[in-house]
Formats: sequence, structure tokens, C-alpha cells
Amino acid sequence: MNVDGIEKAALAAVEATTDEKSLDDARVRYLGRKGELTVLLRSLGGMDAAERPAAGARINAAKVRLQQAIERRKEALATHQLERELAEEAVDVTLPGRSRPGGSLHPITMTFRRIERIFEAAGYDVVSGPEIEDEYHNFEALNIPADHPARAMHDTLYLDNGMLLRTHTSPVQIRTMEAQPPPIRVICPGRVYRKDNVDASHSPMFHQVEGLVVDEGIAFADLKGAVVDFVHGFFEQDLGVRFRPSYFPFTEPSAEVDVQCVHCLGDGCQACGYTGWTEVLGCGMVHPNVLANVGIDTERYTGFAFGFGVDRFATLFYEIDDMRLMFDNELRFLTQFA
Amino acid sequence: MKYSEQWLKEWVPVTVSTDALCDQLTNAGLEVDGTERVAPAFSGVVVAEVTAVEPHPNASRLSVCQVDDGAGTSTVVCGAPNVTPGLVGAFARVGAVLPDGTAIGRSELRGVVSEGMLLSTTELGLDADADGILELDAGLECGTDLREALGLDDVVIDIDLTPNRGDVLSIRGLAREVGVLNRMPVCAPRIDDVQAETETVFGVEIANYAGCPRYLGRVVEGVDIGRTTPLWMRERLRRSGLRPIDPAVDVTNYVLLELGQPMHAFDLDQLSGGIVVRNGRAGESMTLLDGRDIEVDETVLLITDSDGPVAIAGVMGGERSGVGTGTCNVFLECAYFSPQTVARTSRRFELHTDAAYRYARGVDCQLQAKAIQRATRLLVEIAGGRPGPVVEAVSEEDLPTANRVSLRKSRLDLLVGEEIPVGEVEQILERLELSPSCVGDGDARVWTTTSPSHRFDIAREEDLVEEVLRIHGYDAIDSRVPIVPLPLGRARVSELLDARLKDLLVDLGYAEAITYSFIDPRIADLLDPGGDPVSVVNPVSSEHEVMRTSLLPGLVTALGNNLSRQTARVRLFETGQCFRREGDDLAQLTMCGGILFGPRETEGWAHDREQVDFFDVKGDVERLFALGSFRVGYAKATDPVLHPGQSAVVLVEGEVAGRFGRLHPEVESVLELPGGVFVFELEGDAVLARRRRRHGSVSRQPSVRRDLALVVDREIPAASIETIVRARLGEILAEFSFFDVYGGEGIDSNKKSVAIGLTFQHRSRTLTDTEIAQHLDDTLLDLTRRLGVRLR
Repeated sequence: MNVDGIEKAALAAVEATTDEKSLDDARVRYLGRKGELTVLLRSLGGMDAAERPAAGARINAAKVRLQQAIERRKEALATHQLERELAEEAVDVTLPGRSRPGGSLHPITMTFRRIERIFEAAGYDVVSGPEIEDEYHNFEALNIPADHPARAMHDTLYLDNGMLLRTHTSPVQIRTMEAQPPPIRVICPGRVYRKDNVDASHSPMFHQVEGLVVDEGIAFADLKGAVVDFVHGFFEQDLGVRFRPSYFPFTEPSAEVDVQCVHCLGDGCQACGYTGWTEVLGCGMVHPNVLANVGIDTERYTGFAFGFGVDRFATLFYEIDDMRLMFDNELRFLTQFA
Repeated sequence: MKYSEQWLKEWVPVTVSTDALCDQLTNAGLEVDGTERVAPAFSGVVVAEVTAVEPHPNASRLSVCQVDDGAGTSTVVCGAPNVTPGLVGAFARVGAVLPDGTAIGRSELRGVVSEGMLLSTTELGLDADADGILELDAGLECGTDLREALGLDDVVIDIDLTPNRGDVLSIRGLAREVGVLNRMPVCAPRIDDVQAETETVFGVEIANYAGCPRYLGRVVEGVDIGRTTPLWMRERLRRSGLRPIDPAVDVTNYVLLELGQPMHAFDLDQLSGGIVVRNGRAGESMTLLDGRDIEVDETVLLITDSDGPVAIAGVMGGERSGVGTGTCNVFLECAYFSPQTVARTSRRFELHTDAAYRYARGVDCQLQAKAIQRATRLLVEIAGGRPGPVVEAVSEEDLPTANRVSLRKSRLDLLVGEEIPVGEVEQILERLELSPSCVGDGDARVWTTTSPSHRFDIAREEDLVEEVLRIHGYDAIDSRVPIVPLPLGRARVSELLDARLKDLLVDLGYAEAITYSFIDPRIADLLDPGGDPVSVVNPVSSEHEVMRTSLLPGLVTALGNNLSRQTARVRLFETGQCFRREGDDLAQLTMCGGILFGPRETEGWAHDREQVDFFDVKGDVERLFALGSFRVGYAKATDPVLHPGQSAVVLVEGEVAGRFGRLHPEVESVLELPGGVFVFELEGDAVLARRRRRHGSVSRQPSVRRDLALVVDREIPAASIETIVRARLGEILAEFSFFDVYGGEGIDSNKKSVAIGLTFQHRSRTLTDTEIAQHLDDTLLDLTRRLGVRLR
């Protein structure tokens, strides 16, 4: 039998194998102890001595090639096998994953966080206090005596134990000044209450952040700077800011602050009542009576304070058109802001 | 307050546009809330006189009138009952266009051609419900355009005044401000004294000078109260938001609007004895003009006569002495009451009248003599009558004194943050009638001002700073950034931030809720029986009557809201203050609560469909307390609002720090919630407390795992197995787990099988099999002895 014929048949057989088993069968058939090439090699003994080396070399060469072919085939089969397995393991990557959905923070909390971040970065401390307050901290210490007409500005909810629901977070300012000497730089975030009926823009419960800075040499110009920077920082835009004289018993001079309407940027739209401005904040220089009430030397120290409704900022920032949604706690509303 | 721009301009003839005027006012601290035209657009309407009226030949309710409009006579069909010959009215000529767009043409009404229309105030858009056609003052010239005749091209400016600016609550007060802002003098109308024509007086006596330092009274006899107040005055009242009533009331209202002085007109014939201004007496009562009966006491300042109270001082008159159709003799009151007294009574009786509003904010205490003359003149002009002399009772020493206040230039500059030129400061103070005098130079300069009687709000230096700054302009001050020292604080381990807690809950799938702090008392009692919540004395509604003692009422309400909107899977949390009585004190605790309901997973191809159970809520509670690194334990709860078999308390270092579990099925059913609502409520301080952690030692030695399958009585809590095992093995036990709990086939019905996994590891050497076998034997012995456990 000729070597070429066997090699050809053997290579064909190797190529035709489909798995490890059939490949091994093919190897045994040609290269095994009784394999065709093995037998052929062994048969060289009966050959002319002159022809033997050349024939032996040819057979051995064929054997090497066949072995190489078998190795290659083995690798190819292994690759095929892996591919098949991988194909079988394939999943539909477009199906949704198995994780649980995360929850969400309330838009008011997120607004608080934006505000706190801005002030904390500038060195303000965040302080809080009780929501049920006494008349002294909510009114008297703030220069609002019992028959003061300004009490009408605060439709106060009173409690059966003689206390009241704080109408602003200003009592926290008082408690802070009672507890520490100047310099003071704090913001007071929290829930506050007024006797308002629920409608699209009112709620008997809402949220405020008030700020207080007391130090030597604090002026109205500093107040303007702090408020303008805050408004710009919060809305991430250099909106126009307007200071108007106003009146609060606990500040003098006092101002109300209008910000250019975030919807129309001052052109006038329904949201701002076609004025181009939105009233967002009240502020002023801390009234000397207030400083004196907490034992601060009013000749040495001056201060400014400001306060604003967080719900208002949240509705402006997230474009929420109805305050009632805030405390309805419907998941479809709450999860929009996560 | 609402101000007619035309009226204002009579006092101070500024030429700026309405918009510019409004900006000026707003920027000076008198916030303009809005403006409104006093009349809608219409044209072709003139003053005309009805010269003849005849019945319509074909319609009983109509009349055929002859109307002289200055240019000629027209025939007009009219249905108004008040049309009479001689009536001067508003006539829409053919071609006129009314506010509603109606064009007036020649039209035939039941066979008679009508050449125009006589109008009512409703048709002119001036009043909502007028009966009959408008009756104008007879003096008006026929043919005059009605807009001109009535000054209808006027704007009402609505100003939201702050409580300190009572001085601006009148045309006079606003005119002063506008004058200051525009550097113009104010031209007040001349008010001459009206000489007494009779000797008649009604005595006045003040028993409480502190409450009423000054009281002026004047009798006007023979008043014809049936006369109609002239249209110009009615229009001004209307534009200021007041309804015309009768000449006496209209005149007092007019003076109130014009000068800012509240007045009251009594029917003299209903008064007896004399006026005594005194405090009430226990048991006294009176009926007010609005028909309300009130009881007064010693704290209420009253106007009385010999028969008892006739008015609450400065607030409201009484019914008995009120002016009515039968009145012919009037007693005018013009007083100065203390602001505190009026504020207190007004709030107490919830009587927020125009008079009380002004007295509470302060009235010029030198204005009364002038105001009573003004009122007398107007009343006599309109309704006739013979005035008597003015009677005055006064205690000068109880009247407010003119405030003298100093302003240091150095203080002004310090508070403002920049220098306002001295000349400008002086000019502003002068324009405000503060009569500044000045001593010192440069930074040592000090101005001393004396307030006019209408500025009672300037009491100290800062008030003057505001006045100067207000007129100078807030926007004229440059902003600057505060420059402050920058001390560093401490990073405190023990303060776990509230933000971390909220973020964890959000990551666990909860949405944050914010619920009302005041809740429905029924729900409060259901979820905290006998909790004795603090109640709100003046709640906004019955659903907001008591302060929450727990977060659960808000959370179950929020769950209900979601379920009613077909949301099946709900996880909500809230952190916030709860309020509990502790004896006479009140604890305001920050709590952290949550509610879970519905499927554990959202619906999905790979998700199980099981409903949440006790171990879902417990797992989340464990995650929350893992933030703090304290020793946390759990025990069965005995809580009436929770399911007795599926509820637990959390113990932090042995102290109860919260509770969780399923709502009691009865509570679920009262709330009309479906079964399977799980809640937790934890004390914020306990969740947020944190201990500093330190590195222990991490063993590199090989560990060995052994499992034990134990059979134990069903009632034995798993935790007691763990406690015994841990106590026995100590630090050699590296890990402990319950990897299976089973009851049912193959196990006695009163037993359960608990499989535990124990991982042993020594700090410094390899453990031998013999050692481990010995540990296991010891452990089992302990378990058997103490819990009756046997190996399965």
C-alpha cells in the first residue's frame, strides 16, 4: 500500500471527525499500535535495505503530519465544543435585570440637600430645633410681643398644652444664639406650620430654611451678597435678584427678595403673574432687640438673617405646579425625582 | 388697601405713569399687589336727562321716555322701575359700544322705536347687581361723556402694607410717601373748622386714659339721612372697596380713607346720659352692628352710655345706637385708642374691621380735631343738619410723644456696608419730615430726628437706617461677600448623618414620604391607643386635629392613597418629629418609620411573585441598625396594633429602640386596608448612634465548617440556640448561620428542625479534628441540657 494513499485517507478521516471520540478512533486507526501507518512502518523490515531509509522517512513524515492534523483537529473540535456550549448558554440580553428598583428621596429633601450643600461649603453649620415651641422663642424673643400686629401675619396653630407649632424656624436662631457666642453662621432647616387652608400654593405645613450670620462688621451689603450668591448657586443661573424694603419685627432694615422668574427669565408668564419676578425670600439685618434678648452686645456685633420656603424653591426647581402633590405621597409622584 | 390713582393725584400731582408709580412704591417698601381699571372699556355713553316718561302702549312693564342728551331729544324704551322725569342718567347713544361688546342701534321694541338705551351700573360694568338705571348727580351737564363725568379712566392701586406702616393707610399717608419719592410737596385739601350752629353737646368722659387718651364728640342735629350720597363720593368709596350705605356712614368711611382716621356715627336719640369710655364689666353683653351678640369683661375697652355698652372701642359699634333710616340727630365720634387695646379686642372677637385694622397699626394722634371738622363739613353738605360744638376729653400725658432718635453716621455706614453721602442722608430725613438736627463732623456726625405725629414706627437708630436706605434704594447698595474667619470643625464618628439613613432606605427600595404632623384623632387613637396626643386648639380641619405620636398614621394614610390609585407594591418611609407627653413635659422625638405592602419584587420574568412578609421588614431593620455597630437584639413584641405572632421589638444594648411587624389584622380591617401590611418604627437617635470601630485581628489560619441538624420544640426561639452556641464556643466560632428551618413531614408537629452552620477558626494555629469534635460535643450537651435539643 502506498504511503500517500494512506496519508490522504487518514487526513480525510481526521477532518471528518465530529468529536473527541471519533478523532481518537481515527488516531487509533492510523497511528495506534495496529494502525495503518504503524503497520506500514513495521513492514519496512521486509524491504530492501537500500530503500528502507527513504521509505521510513516518508512514512515518518506522513506520521508527523497526521499527528499535527490530529492536534489541530483536536483544538478545532474543542473550540467548536466551547462555541456550542456558549451558544447554549446565551441569554436574551434585552430582558430586564433582576435587581429591585431603588426608592426615592422626597423632592423637599433633595431641595434641602441642595441648599445645605451650598451653605455648608461656605462654612455655615446646619442646626435644627423643636417643632413645638413656646411663645417666647417663636414670638417674644423675636421682637413680636403679644399684641403686635405682626402676629396676624403668622396664623398660628396653638396646642392644648399652652405651646404652639412654630410658624418659622427663627426660634432655632434664638436657641443657637442662646447656646453660643458670635461669630455665628448657621442655617436652620425644618418643618413649620401656619393656619392656612390647603390649595395649589398653600399648605398648613411647609418647610423653611433660615440663615443667620452674627459677627463684627456684618452689613446689609453682606446680606445682599449672601442672598444673591445663594440664589445663583441654587438655580445654577445668574438670575436677576431684586431687594425691596419690607417689614419683619425681627430685622431692621428688612427686605423682601424677588428673583427673576425661572420660567420666563423676566419676560412675564403665567407662573409669575406676568411680572417677570417671583417673591422667594425675606431677610434683613437682625433687630438689636433680638440680639439683646440673647445677650449679644449690639454695639459690637451686627448680623443678618434670611428665611425662605423650601417648598417654594422645590416647586420652582422641579416645576411642580401644585403644592398638594407634595404631601399626598403618591409613588408615581415621588419616584419622579430619584 | 386700595387707592384710587386719581384721588391720590389730587393730593400730589405726580406725572409719572401708573407703572412707574407702582415700581416706585414697591421699591420703597409699599408693595403693589396689583392694579385694576375702575371701569371696563365702553364708548358713546353720555350724561342725559329724562324729560318725559309715558307708559308703553303695548307692554305694561316698559315705558317710553324722552331723553335729552345735550345734542337733542331721543325716544327711548326703558324697562327700569326707577325711571322718572328729571332723572339724570347714563345714556348710550345709537352707535355706543357697551363693556360686553353690545353695539347700540336703533331698535323696535313692541312697536316703538328706541333710539338708544338708559344704562344701569351693571350694564356699565361698575357693579354686579344694580336695581334700575344709574341715577347721576343732577348738576352734571347733559352731553358730557360719562367717562369724563365720573372720572372712569382711573386705576385702583392695591397695596399690601406691612404692619409697621399704619401711617400709609390713607390717601393722605400715601400722598406723603409719593411726595417724598418724587420730591414734590403734598397739597392737602383745605379743612376749615365748621362753626357750631347750636349749643347742643353730648357729654364725654374717659375712665381709661391709657386705652383712650383722646375722645372727640360732636352732635349734628336735623340730618336728612335719606339723602343720597353724591356720586363722586360713592365712586371713591367703591373704588376703595367700600359700599355706600347712608350719608353718615359714607362720610365717616370717606374720612377714614382720606385721612386715615376711623370715626363712628351714633344715632344720638338712641344714646342716653353721656359717653363714658371705660372697660367692660363681668356679665355685660351687647349686640353688635353685624347682629352678633358678644359678652365682654374687664379687659375690653367699651364706649358706653348710661344704658350700657354702645360700641367696642375702635372695633365696632353696637346695634342699639347705630345710624338707621329713622336717624335725624347724629353723634360723631373721633378718638385715639391705644393700638394694643384695639389689636387685642379685635383678635379676641375676630372682628377685623377697617377701623380696628387702622387703630391696631396706629393712627396719627394729632389728627382727631381736623378729622371731625372734615366729617362735619361733608355731612352737613350732603345731609344738612346743624352742628354743635366739638367736645373733647383728653389726657395729653397718655398720648404718644414724638420720638427723638439719633443716627450716627458711623453706625449707618457700618450697617449699610458702604457710605451714603451726608447730603443725601440729610435730605432724605428732611423729606420724611423727621426734622433732623446735626452735631459733629465726619464719622462722628450724629443726626437727631423728631418724628412727626404720623410716624409712630421710628423708635431707634436702626429704624432711621432703614428709612434712609429705603429712600436711597436697596438696589443702589453693592453686594459683597462676607469675610469671616475659617475655623475647622471636628469629624464626629458618633454622628451618623441623617442623610446616610435616608440613602440606605432609598437603596432598599423605599420612597420617602412627608406626611402631616397633625392627624385625624381617630386614626391616632387606632394606631396608638390611649396615646393622649397633644391637640391643636384651632385646627385647619378635623383631619388635622392632634399631633402625631407615631409615624404610622401618616404612613397608613399614604398607603391608602396609593392603593386607591391602583399601586400594588408600596414601600414608603418617613423620618420626622413625633410628639409625646411625658408628664407635664413634651418629648419631641425624631422617628424613622416605614411601611411595606404587596409583592416582594416588582413583576418580572425572573422575579418571584411572593408577598412581603415579616422577614422582609426585619431584614431592612437589620440593615438600618448595622450602620451603628451596637449590640442589637430582637424579642417578641406585645403591641396592640401589631400582629401578636408577627411583630418584634428591636433592642439596642438591651434598650427598646423600635418595633416592627405586621399590622394587627383588626387594625388593617378598620383602616379598610387589605391584609399583609408590614411596618417599622424606630427611634431616630438609636438608628443614628454609632460607635467608633477598631481593627480586631484577622486570622490567617484554616477554618473548618461543621453543620448540625437539631430538633427542638417549636416555641424555642432560634436566637436562644445562637446565644448558647456563641457562649459555649467563644471566639473560636468565626461564623454562625441558620441555614435551614423546617417543620412538617418527618418532624413531630410540636417540634421543628433547625440546621446551623458553624465555622471554626483559631487565631494562631490549625484546629485538630479531635478538638473540633470535642467542641461540638460540648455545644450539643449545652443545647440538650438547656433547650432539650436533640440531633436529627
